[in-house]
Amino acid sequence: MSEIPGDLKFLKSHEWARVEDNGLIRVGISDHAQEQLGDLVYVELPEVGASVKTGVGAATVESVKAASDIYSPVSGEVVEVNEILSDKPETINEDAYGEGWLFVVKASDRAELDELLSADDYAELIEHEDD
Amino acid sequence: MTDKTVLNATHRELGARMVDFGGWDMPISYGSQIEEHHAVRRDAGMFDVSHMTVVDLHGARVRDFLRHLLANSVDKLKVQGKALYSCMLNEQGGVIDDLIVYFLGDEFFRLVVNAATRVKDLAWIEQQAKAFNVAVQERPDFAMIAVQGPNARAKVIGLLHEVDRVRIEKLGRFAAAAAQGPHGVPLFVARTGYTGEDGFEIIVPQEQAVTLWKELAAAGVAPCGLGARDTLRLEAGMNLYGQDMDETVTPWEAALTWTISLDEGRDFIGRKALEAQKAAGVPRTMVGLVMDEKGVLRHGQKVLTNHGDGEILSGSFAPTLNKSVAFARIPAAASGDLRVDIRGREVPVRLVKFPFVRDGKPCEGI
Repeated sequence: MSEIPGDLKFLKSHEWARVEDNGLIRVGISDHAQEQLGDLVYVELPEVGASVKTGVGAATVESVKAASDIYSPVSGEVVEVNEILSDKPETINEDAYGEGWLFVVKASDRAELDELLSADDYAELIEHEDD
Repeated sequence: MTDKTVLNATHRELGARMVDFGGWDMPISYGSQIEEHHAVRRDAGMFDVSHMTVVDLHGARVRDFLRHLLANSVDKLKVQGKALYSCMLNEQGGVIDDLIVYFLGDEFFRLVVNAATRVKDLAWIEQQAKAFNVAVQERPDFAMIAVQGPNARAKVIGLLHEVDRVRIEKLGRFAAAAAQGPHGVPLFVARTGYTGEDGFEIIVPQEQAVTLWKELAAAGVAPCGLGARDTLRLEAGMNLYGQDMDETVTPWEAALTWTISLDEGRDFIGRKALEAQKAAGVPRTMVGLVMDEKGVLRHGQKVLTNHGDGEILSGSFAPTLNKSVAFARIPAAASGDLRVDIRGREVPVRLVKFPFVRDGKPCEGI
């Protein structure tokens, strides 16, 4: 298992959020999640300009095996999506915390960030999941 | 309670991701499912299929029994060692299971049936066998390893005792023979499979399965999980029980017409229902679909046609084709443009003949 970057925050459903210097929130799925899903073959991203809400599916990633809903860790407006994924969805398998990001959100309620898990809490969560 | 095959610990040593598969703890993949798929298409891969059930049938009237039990005709099996694929039907013509039957002697046939259907299969077979005085013997003492791919046969033959090599090399398709494996292990080697590639399915005494698996790995056969097995068999146009057919579906509706033998004077279970359905007109048909757009066709998605809705049966990303293909059951009268409802989006798909892949290459028109 690769190390979990300390600047990330997580949902229990394995999405990560990174607060960028400009205040925008970059979103992806964890390395653990990509490993569980296996080879990714398709990613359905939201449109730029779409609004996303916590708890509502914002994107879909499909592995050979199954399709999985991806939730946005924060509500707000999608301001950028990772176009690379439409041709190379396997980028998520290769670099889940880096090049394999999914979309960027301009948060409408930054307090939602406080609800997310820290990297340490997330590490503990997946450790128990493997039990 | 989850069952484990004798190779369970070996899979875990290799770092396999394990999943529950019809009550069995089985490897879905050892790393990349796609790489395992390609290993089988391009070279050789192996699958632990020990969860499948071997059932031996003995008795003076065993052939008569199978003439009654199966929709395909065992009378096609004239040479010892030959095998036949068949459905086993209920009285309504629904598929109880699909299986392979081997002719091993005038009073001895062997069946290999699916894992998930084991209990109901055995109950059904035993019930039907009584009238024919046939002894039904499950063989949990056997493990089974499928070795598949263009180089699979050569790699297996290299491990056999010298005296057996030429004979096994000459083994025809859908035929089986006994041979001696590494360290004198007695093997039952069948030139059958479920991937569209050439290869063998090898039945081996449980206690020697780990040795055989390791010898095969040392000979360059890649361990593959059930994930790759599923994409391979879909590309090859082969049905999966429970997804493409079940007891509510007749072979006419499951693209298995080629397995029904309406030979004269043979009263097999389900025959009357099949004949009645054929006479009345079969309402549904199983077709192949290709999606040229991005995305993945999945089991259960709705297929929209000009004659009502159908549904996706097996659907997946096909690694050899780098796009998604599926089987679907649609109204027999449907024609023209088809669309699939993918999470509320209507995506056009093309109706094609399957198999989708043959000899490692996309079939024409796919």
